[in-house]
Amino acid sequence: MSSRRRRCKRQLIKFTQHIARLISGTLKSDNEDEELESTTERYQPENLEQLQSQTHFSRQELQLLYRGFKNECPSGVVNEDTFKNIYALFFPMGDSAKYAYFLFNAFDKDQNGSLSFEELVCDLSVLLRGTTQEKLNWAFNLYDIDKDGHITKEEMFDILKSIYDLMGKSIHPRLKEEKMDINQDGVVTIDEFIDSCQKDENIMQSLKIFDNAV
Amino acid sequence: MAAGVAAWLPFARAAAIGWMPVANLPMPVAPTTKNKRQDELIILNVSGRRFQTWRNTLDRYPDTLLGSSEKEFFFNEETREYFFDRDPDLFRSILNFYRTGKLHYPRYECISAYDEEMAFFGIIPEIISDCCYEEYKDRKRENMERLMDDLEDNKDSKLPNMTFRETMWRAFENPHTSTMALVFYYVTGFFIAISVITNVVETVPCGSMPNQRDIPCGERYTEAFFCMDTACVMIFTVEYLMRLFAAPSRYRFMRSVMSIIDVVAILPYYIGLVMTNNEDVSGAFVTLRVFRVFRIFKFSRHSQGLRILGYTLKSCASELGFLLFSLTMAIIIFATVMFYAEKGSSSSKFTSIPASFWYTIVTMTTLGYGDMVPKTIAGKVFGSICSLSGVLVIALPVPVIVSNFSRIYHQNQRADKRRAQKVQKARLARMRISKCGSSSGFLHSKRNGLNQSLELTIPYYKMKLSPQGSMEGDQQLKKPTSVLESQHHHLLHCLEKTTNHEFMDDRLYEQGYLRTSLQNFPSQSPSLSSEEGITGTCCSRRAKKNMQPLNATHSHTHNLQELSALHIQCGEQQPLKTSRSSLNLMSDESGSLNCKSSGLVTTAIISIPTPPSNNSRASPDAPPPPTPEAPPFLNPGSDVVKISAL
Repeated sequence: MSSRRRRCKRQLIKFTQHIARLISGTLKSDNEDEELESTTERYQPENLEQLQSQTHFSRQELQLLYRGFKNECPSGVVNEDTFKNIYALFFPMGDSAKYAYFLFNAFDKDQNGSLSFEELVCDLSVLLRGTTQEKLNWAFNLYDIDKDGHITKEEMFDILKSIYDLMGKSIHPRLKEEKMDINQDGVVTIDEFIDSCQKDENIMQSLKIFDNAV
Repeated sequence: MAAGVAAWLPFARAAAIGWMPVANLPMPVAPTTKNKRQDELIILNVSGRRFQTWRNTLDRYPDTLLGSSEKEFFFNEETREYFFDRDPDLFRSILNFYRTGKLHYPRYECISAYDEEMAFFGIIPEIISDCCYEEYKDRKRENMERLMDDLEDNKDSKLPNMTFRETMWRAFENPHTSTMALVFYYVTGFFIAISVITNVVETVPCGSMPNQRDIPCGERYTEAFFCMDTACVMIFTVEYLMRLFAAPSRYRFMRSVMSIIDVVAILPYYIGLVMTNNEDVSGAFVTLRVFRVFRIFKFSRHSQGLRILGYTLKSCASELGFLLFSLTMAIIIFATVMFYAEKGSSSSKFTSIPASFWYTIVTMTTLGYGDMVPKTIAGKVFGSICSLSGVLVIALPVPVIVSNFSRIYHQNQRADKRRAQKVQKARLARMRISKCGSSSGFLHSKRNGLNQSLELTIPYYKMKLSPQGSMEGDQQLKKPTSVLESQHHHLLHCLEKTTNHEFMDDRLYEQGYLRTSLQNFPSQSPSLSSEEGITGTCCSRRAKKNMQPLNATHSHTHNLQELSALHIQCGEQQPLKTSRSSLNLMSDESGSLNCKSSGLVTTAIISIPTPPSNNSRASPDAPPPPTPEAPPFLNPGSDVVKISAL
């Protein structure tokens, strides 16, 4: 309530200032400092040694990754729009907005709306150099949109739809959730997920193909 | 793919792990990066300034020079760097393109230099980013216009083989080309003026009958005015028909603005002739006469200022439209307001909203006739607001129109200046000097026997030549020939050997010509007459080639006289005609081979009459001349000498 009152008061003050300026004929030169709220965040990552210890990357790899990252995002953080734009460039045929949104949420561990370099590189090390368990963990995190520990049918469908949207055609994805839901309670927990994936040879194989991506 | 996105590729690929659990099919094998080397710095030395960047940066655009293996050609082994002998300032933009993915155009750079650099490094300038794209396009357009102006200048040159129709059209379009055209131009201008003055004077009241009011002159001296009108219309009709006949594309001519003006100007007269003195239609006929005033627009052919004005209005069409639109909106608003404000007052002239339009227009343009004035207070208040806003609305688009006019006007001035004769001459002189340097050098060196060192056997006639040439060639003998020159001369020499022809100096031809007094076979310049259509090149006047028969020079030996005999023999088969039009200009300056004075350094090729290799070869394709030299129109049986300008 008080914030609303404060806002109202602020706007009233602004309005009277405006009228006063109009009457006295001053030029609109001093207006910018009001509107200039600092929207520029700048973020510096932790130093190289710490990152080296936290991830499985070598020093050179981290240097390379950071250089590319900083070139693209000079401010040091990625926000959702940038992420969406980047994915739109990678998948120009389809609509990548939804998938980028899910991915962003999966990367953004602390849910603060922006990705720092550490978050990205930690996840990257998990995905590329981690154990199968960790990778499947990450995938579960991706599918679990509301991060409540269960994957419901709707969440699965949403994820699949967003992946198929990358192709550009509207295909109805085939659900594999029934296969995964062992105790048939309508949701998939993390253990069910990992168990069912480990039983599938194809999935195990394919988890390894990106190991040399950096 | 864009540069920076390559940095995100590992992330995108890693995130693809998320697809695996729901994938329907097994995944393809990932590509292995063979001998994945560590990223290394490479040094680019551009005219001494060293730029360094990662190799990966350059590899982002593999279809450019720096991104492909083409740069290996520029690799310098000793210094282990890539050396480019180009402008380092422009290279900055190019390297920034690799780094950031955006190509910028610096404002202070010349547009053609920039385009050349882009072409060299294999970058298409169309990918200039939005921030600099407008500027680039503007400059490019200006450059194009300048080039078009240059091309147009050459249209004035008279092509020798123009048909009568083309000559006439040229006379119409450019009156200064011939006296007849000038006369015609002034006569039509005079008659346009006469016609306009007649129209005006026709309506002046001149003298009155004592019992009647003043009658206009047109009604008093009907026959005189009618005769004048007839004369003018006849001249205009004849002119229009002649233009129609001469136009290269009649359909396009008939659609052009000037021809429509012509038609509109003379049509009322004919309609008046056709129509009888029927009272009903004569009213309409009278209004047709107002179109006679369009004759004044015919002056735009004569006046450049009028043309500029018309062109400005055409190019500012959108600004004018904006002006009109905003005025209309304002008029409607204020008329409505004034009408309702004045509704209460008695005997108000603001009887309806359309009636208030007149008041609004008069007030907004600050005319203020005073035939309609508001009487209520509200009306006066709104009336004052109306006049203030009128000033603003009209003043806004005017600077745009003015700046457009100024730009077009200055363009015209520039074009005129360029068309001035001395600029043309100076430029042509510059081009001639640059082009004839090499050929004259070669002939000099030949005459001085400098080519001896390049030959194993010295031909017999060269010995004869050298004493003649050694007079003025003494000073050249001392001059050391640079490596480049000597190699160029060697090349020309090789060509001579290949084609079994020789370069000769035309001066010696002239002497020989006079001396032997053979019949002057008119010569034909075959290729150039067909090429004269493409006088758009910068060397239009320069490269007038013509063929001259091989009139033996006195210094030549019997083989050449034999040749000339041969020529007479087969001369009848080749009816050639002279076209020494431009050479005529220089013929009085024959003599020294000084480039600056003769503007046309002509060298000739003699065919040596050795039977097996008796191919009358075309002129050498020496580096300088851009226009293709004489085509092999000669059948092998003839020995005709070609004098070609190198």
